[in-house]
Amino acid sequence: MYGRVYATILQKASGTLTLNVAASSQHLLLAFPSHPQSHLSSWVKSKSIPGICSDEKSENCSKSWRHCSTRQDLDFQLSRVQINNILRSSEQTVSVPEFDGKALSVVRKFESNQLAANTPNEDRRSAASCLQSKGMLFGVFDGHGGWACAQAVSERLLYYIAVAMMSKHGLEELEKCMEHDRPVPPILQWYKHHTDFIYRDSASLYIDHLRVFWQELLVNEEHDEGMSPQEALHCAFKRLDADISLEAQVPLSNDLMRSTAIQVAFAGCTACVAHVGMDGIHVANAGDCRAVLGVLNDDGSWSALPLSQDHNSENQAEVERIRAQHPPSERHSVITDDRLLGILMPLRAFGDMRFKWSSELQQSVLDALESGVDLDSLELYQYTPPNYLTPPYLDVTPDIRYHKLRPQDRFLILGTDGLWDELGNEEAVRLVGEHLSGVHLQAPVSPSEKQLRLGQMHKLLLKRRARASPTLDSNSATHLIRHALGTSDYRELSHERLASMLALPEDLARMYRDDITATVVYLNSDLVKRSPS
Amino acid sequence: FKYRVVSVSSYRRASRGLWTSVQRLLATTGGTDSQLPPFPSQARVVICGGGIVGTSVAYHLAKLGWTDIVLLEQGRLGAGTTRLCAGIVSVAKPISVECQMANYSLNLYQQLEEETGVKTGYANTGSLCLAQNQDRLLSLKRLASRLKVLGISCNVIKSKAVAKLHPLVNIHDLVGALHLPDDAVVSPPDVNHALAVAAAQHGVQILERTTVQQVLVENGHVMAVETDRGSIECEYFVNCAGQWAYELGQASEMKVSIPLHGCEHFYLLTKPLPENLSANNPVVLDMDGRVYVRNWQGGLLSGGFEKNPKPIFTEGRNQLEIQNMQEDWDHFEPMLSSLLRRMPGLESAEILQLVNCPESFTPDMRCLMGETPGVSGYFVLAGMNSSGLAFAGGGGKYLAEWMTYGYPSTDVWPLDIKRFGNLQSSRTFLRHRVMEVMPLLYDLKVPRWDFQTGRQLRTSPLYDRLDTQGARWMEKHGFERPKYFIPQGKDLLSLDQSKTFYKPDWFDIVGAEVKCCKEAVCVVDMSSFTKFELTSTEGEALDLLQHLCANDLDVPVGHIVHTGMLNKRGGYENDCSVVRLSKNSFFIISPSDQPVHCWSWIKKHMPSDPNLHLEDVSWKFTALNLIGPRAMDVLAELSYVSMKPEHFPSMFCKEMSVGYANGIRVMSMTHTGEPGFMLYIPIEYALHVYNEVMSVGQKYGIRNAGYYGLRSLRIEKFFAFWGQDLNAFTTPLECGREFRVKFDKDMDFLGREALVQQRHDGVSRRFVMLVLEDHDTELDVWPWWGEPIYCNGRLAGTTTSSAYSYTLERHVCLGFVSTPPGPDGLPTPITPDFINRGDYEVDIAGQRYSAKAKLYPFSSLFTQQKRRKEDLELSNLQAK
Repeated sequence: MYGRVYATILQKASGTLTLNVAASSQHLLLAFPSHPQSHLSSWVKSKSIPGICSDEKSENCSKSWRHCSTRQDLDFQLSRVQINNILRSSEQTVSVPEFDGKALSVVRKFESNQLAANTPNEDRRSAASCLQSKGMLFGVFDGHGGWACAQAVSERLLYYIAVAMMSKHGLEELEKCMEHDRPVPPILQWYKHHTDFIYRDSASLYIDHLRVFWQELLVNEEHDEGMSPQEALHCAFKRLDADISLEAQVPLSNDLMRSTAIQVAFAGCTACVAHVGMDGIHVANAGDCRAVLGVLNDDGSWSALPLSQDHNSENQAEVERIRAQHPPSERHSVITDDRLLGILMPLRAFGDMRFKWSSELQQSVLDALESGVDLDSLELYQYTPPNYLTPPYLDVTPDIRYHKLRPQDRFLILGTDGLWDELGNEEAVRLVGEHLSGVHLQAPVSPSEKQLRLGQMHKLLLKRRARASPTLDSNSATHLIRHALGTSDYRELSHERLASMLALPEDLARMYRDDITATVVYLNSDLVKRSPS
Repeated sequence: FKYRVVSVSSYRRASRGLWTSVQRLLATTGGTDSQLPPFPSQARVVICGGGIVGTSVAYHLAKLGWTDIVLLEQGRLGAGTTRLCAGIVSVAKPISVECQMANYSLNLYQQLEEETGVKTGYANTGSLCLAQNQDRLLSLKRLASRLKVLGISCNVIKSKAVAKLHPLVNIHDLVGALHLPDDAVVSPPDVNHALAVAAAQHGVQILERTTVQQVLVENGHVMAVETDRGSIECEYFVNCAGQWAYELGQASEMKVSIPLHGCEHFYLLTKPLPENLSANNPVVLDMDGRVYVRNWQGGLLSGGFEKNPKPIFTEGRNQLEIQNMQEDWDHFEPMLSSLLRRMPGLESAEILQLVNCPESFTPDMRCLMGETPGVSGYFVLAGMNSSGLAFAGGGGKYLAEWMTYGYPSTDVWPLDIKRFGNLQSSRTFLRHRVMEVMPLLYDLKVPRWDFQTGRQLRTSPLYDRLDTQGARWMEKHGFERPKYFIPQGKDLLSLDQSKTFYKPDWFDIVGAEVKCCKEAVCVVDMSSFTKFELTSTEGEALDLLQHLCANDLDVPVGHIVHTGMLNKRGGYENDCSVVRLSKNSFFIISPSDQPVHCWSWIKKHMPSDPNLHLEDVSWKFTALNLIGPRAMDVLAELSYVSMKPEHFPSMFCKEMSVGYANGIRVMSMTHTGEPGFMLYIPIEYALHVYNEVMSVGQKYGIRNAGYYGLRSLRIEKFFAFWGQDLNAFTTPLECGREFRVKFDKDMDFLGREALVQQRHDGVSRRFVMLVLEDHDTELDVWPWWGEPIYCNGRLAGTTTSSAYSYTLERHVCLGFVSTPPGPDGLPTPITPDFINRGDYEVDIAGQRYSAKAKLYPFSSLFTQQKRRKEDLELSNLQAK
C-alpha cells in the first residue's frame, strides 16, 4: 500500500529526473510511527521496507535516512547503457536442442531473468531437464523473511520431483551406486546462471535426506514405474517441507549446517513449478507465484490461460479452506488485514515453521539453539504470531493443474508476484507474444485501410504503434521486466520512469517494487501438431 | 499544350506531355524535322539534371547571354524530387542569403506564366509560421527582423488573427505566429516545365533520356562529358543531379566531393474537403508540431520533418527506386497526430494518398553551390534540404552569375561548396548527419547550437586530457574545439541543457576563464586552424604572396604579418597570419573552415612552377594559445629564455625549446589582443608541452579556457573574424584595416585597383563596434548575429557577431553600418561623425536597444597605454 503511495511520488519526481531523497524520506518518517503494524509485517511479506521489525530497528532506519537526507540531491538518471546493464545482468537464455538423440523436446528454448529489489535478492529460479522422464522442470521461488528458504527449495525441490518420477529400477540403480561409492548417474541436467549460488556446506545433508526419500520409495510396493508428474509434484512438495522441518529439529553436528537449517526453516518461500513433458504441462503452485500460458488465437491475437491460482487472501476459496481448518472462534483472526494471522501474505509456503510448529516446539528448538548459536547472526526475528492457537496454520500442499498441449499453446510464463503486481496476465502474454512474433515487422497498412478517413486512420495508426513498440531486448523475460517497471500511465514505455525505478538506492528500492523473476518457456508447437493425439 | 496536373497519378502523363512540348519547341527553334534532335558533340556548358534546379540554371545562364548550353536528363524533365515536391515557396529560411534566394524565386515564379504562357499554378496564398511556445515566437520575431532588413513584408500576429486567416487552424495552444503575406504555392512540375520552355526559347538544348556516365578532366579542368549516347566536349559542367549528385561527383575522372545524402520524406494528400476552402488559405507551417499544410486541389497537402528520418540511397543510386517509393503510414503517424491536433476538423477528411518523396540533405542544412575546389569548370547546385523549389530560382541566378562574372552578386560563402572537403564525404558520416539535419529543419535553433552527430572526427592529441578536465566541445570543419571547461563539482547534466535565447548557464564559467586570461594565464587548444607552408627555391614564394596578399610580406625572417587575401573587388577571400620562417618559406595560418577554399584560392593563382611548393601542414601541429600577463613567465621557465617584450617583441616568431621538446614555433600573438603566445607544436610533443605548461603554470594560476572566452575577448577588442564578420564583399578599408594594405609600396597585388578606387571615392559602409547600453543581461534576450542596426531610426545595417564583454560588463555587437544614399541615389561616403554622433539601436527579436557605436576598441581608447598602430596585434582567426 505504501509502495503505491511512494510510487506516485516517484512518478511525479521522475518527471524532473532527480528525486530529492530528503523530501521523500520525510514522508516516510511521518508515515511510519502512525502505522506500527506495518513494521511487524514488513519483513514477512509487504511492500514496505525490509529489515524493520522492532521500534529499535526502525529508529536505526530513520537515522540512516537522516544521514541519507543530508546528502545532496541524488542523481537518479541513468543512461540507456546503464539501464540495459542492470536489466540484463541476470539474463539467461537457453536453447534446447530439438532432438537429444533419444527424443524430441517439447521445449524449444527458455529465457529467464531476475531483478532484485531486496538486497540481496529473495527470489530464486530453477530450470533443469529431467533425464529420466524427458520432461523439463522450471521453478520460480519467492522467498520471504530472507532468502534462505527460497535458496534451499530452489536447489532441492527439482531433485525430489525427479526422484519421485523415477522407476523402481532407476532408483535401485541409484541406491546401488551410492552403496558402492560409484559415480551416481545424473538425475537432472541443470541450467544455471553464473550468478546462481548453492549451499555447499549443506550439500551432503541434502543428499542424505534425498537418499532417505528414495529408499522409502523403494520399499513402497506401489512404486514400480514411478509416479506420474502429478503425484510426484505433490509428493515432492510435501516431502521437502517435511525434510526442512525435520532438519531444523534434529541436532546437527556442524554449526554451519545447523544455522542454515534453522534459517531455512524459519524463513519461507512460495513456489511455482512446471513440468513440461510430451503429454502436457503440470503446474504445481503453493503461494502467490503464477504460471500463465500464452495462446495464439486464430486471428493472430494473443490470450492468456492461467495454469495456477494464487494462494492469497484474494482467493476466497483458499481463505475458506484455511478458516475451515480452525475452530469457528478463530474465523476472524486467522486472516486479518488480508494476511495469515495478520502477518503473512501468501497462504501456502515452504518453511515458515513459525506458522506450522506448535509454540512449544518452536521454543524448544530455539532454546536448544541459544546455547551455541547467536540468533542475531542468523537474522532470525523473535516474534510470535498473534492468536497462535491451533497450529499449523500454514502448509505447502501444492495446487496442481494439468494442461494438455495444443498447437496454439506457444509459451509458458512463470513469474513471482513482483512481476504480476505490475503486469496483468493478458498484458504479459501480449508482450511476450509480440516479442516472439516480432510485430515491429507487422504488415503495412493495407489498401482497404487507406479508404479510411483521416481520423480513423489516426486511430488505427495509434493502435498499431501501441502494439509495435520496438523491442530493445532479445530476452523476453527482460522485455517483460522492462515493461513491468517502465510502463507509464499512458501504457507506453518510458525511459525516464525506468531509469528512476532502477536508480533507486538499495534502502528505497523495496518500497517501489518487489523482486521480480520471470521465466518464459517456449513450446515446440510443431511437435504438438505432429504427435498423434 | 495547356494542361493542369490534377493528381499525382497523372504526373507521369503530364511529364510526357511536357516532353513532347519541349520537343515541339526544339523542333521549331532548332529548325530540324527529325523526331530526336541530333546529339551534340560539343557545347560550352553541359548541365546534368532536368529538375527544377537544373532548368533554373539553364534559364539564368541563357538570360545572361550564354549560348551553346545543353541540359541532360536521365529520365524525363522533372521526374525526380521535383515531380513530387510539395510546392511551397516560403521566405522563412534560417539565414539571410537563403531568404534572398527564396524571395527572388517568388518573384520569378510569379512572372513566369506571363513570360512563357505556361501555367505554373502560382497562387499567392501567404504563409503562417505558428508558435506553440514563447521560444518559438522569439525565433520568429528574430526572423521577422531579418526579413525587414531585406525589405520583405511580414507581421508577427496574435493567435486570434491566425484563426481569421485560416479557418481550420486550432489556435488554442498557440502563442502567436508570423504572417508572410508574399509566400506562395506553385505546381512544381509546371514551374519546371515553364523554366524549360523559357530556356529552350533562349536556345538551350534539352536532351531527355540521356545519362551522364563520367565527367572527363584534363589539367584540372572539365573537358568532356560522357553519356550513354556519346560524349560532349565542353568547357563547363554543372552538376544539378539532386539525389544523385554525390555519385555523379564520384564518377568524375577526378573525384568531386558533393556531400549530400537522401532521406525519405512523406506527405499526405486528401480528397477535396466537403466544406469549400478558399483557394487562398495561407500555407501553415507548424514547426513545433513538425508539419506543414497547404491547399491542394480543394483538399489539403500536409507533410512534415519527423524526429526519426529514414535515410535512403546510402549505398548508391537506383533510379527505379525513386519511382516506386513505399508509403509508410506507421512512420507518418506522429505527423498525422500533429496535423489532427492543429486542424481537428480534418478527422473526417478522406485520404487520397501518402506520397513518399525522397529529398537530399547536406551536413549543415544549407545547399551546395559553386565551383568545386578540385576541378575548374565543374559547378554544382544541389543538396537543397527540401527547399529546392524555394531556392531553385535564386540559386540558379547566383550560380549563373558565378559562372559569368566569377562570383555571384552577393556573398554566398554559407552556401559555397568549398566550405566542405573530402572530409565530409564519408557515406557513414553523411547518413548519420542527415538524420540529425532533417529534424533540425523544424527544430528550434537557439544561439550557439551544435551538431551532435558526426562528431569526434578530427581531434587534437590533447582531446582526452581536456575532456577529462571538463571540456565541453563544439565542432568546426570536423575538428573538436573546447567551448569552455566545467569546473569540478558543477552539475554537468543541467549545463548540457543550457539552450536558451537568454543568459546561458555557462555565463559565470566563461567569465572566470576570461578573468584568468586578463589577470593570470590561460591555455587554449587552438589546433583546428588551417596551416599551410609555402616554400620555394628562389623568391617565387615571396612573389606569389606579394601578389595574393594586401599586406607587405617582404619582412625580416621571424616576423608575423596579418594580411587579407583579396579578390579583384578588394574583398576578403581569406584573412590570415603569415610567418616568414626563412627567406623563401612561409607559414600561413588561416581560419579553421578555410582548408578547402584557401587552398583552392592559392592554387588557382599559383604558377605551375616545380620550384614552388604548397603543403597543408594542419595535421602536423598542435596549437596552444597561452593568453594572459603571466604567459611569458610560464614560457621563460620552460625555455630558460627571456620572453619579455624587449627580448621577444610582439608579432614575432622563434623556433625554440619548451620543456624537453625542441623545434616549437613560438609566436607572440594570441588572436585576441591580449598579451601571450601561440605555440605551434609538432603533434608528438603536444602532450609533453601541455603537461609542462600546466605544471609550471600552476603557481601562476594557469587554467584551461575555451573558445567562448576567446570570442568574448576578441569581440571586446573589436577583432573581425573571416567567415563571420568579413566576407568576399568586405574590403580592408571598410573595416579600418587600411594600415594592413601596402598602398605605400609601389607594388601590384590582387584587389589593389579596387582599393585605390575605393580610397578615392570613400567607403559607404563601415565595420563598427556597438556597445549595448540599456540591455539587461539577466532579463533581456541576448544578441546573436544578424540583428538589424538602426541609426537615428533608419535601418543602417546588421550585426555580424556579438558577445558579452566581461570587462565592459555590457554586450558588444560587431557589424556594418552604411549611410543613407544621397539625393542621386548613389552611396555617400561614411564619416566619423556619422558613427560618433548617430543614435544607434540594435533590434533583438523586435525589441530595440540603444547602443554606442565605436570605431576603435575600448582598450585603445581608455587604457593609458599608447601603442603604435602597427604594433596593435589585430587578428581575426577565432570562430564566432
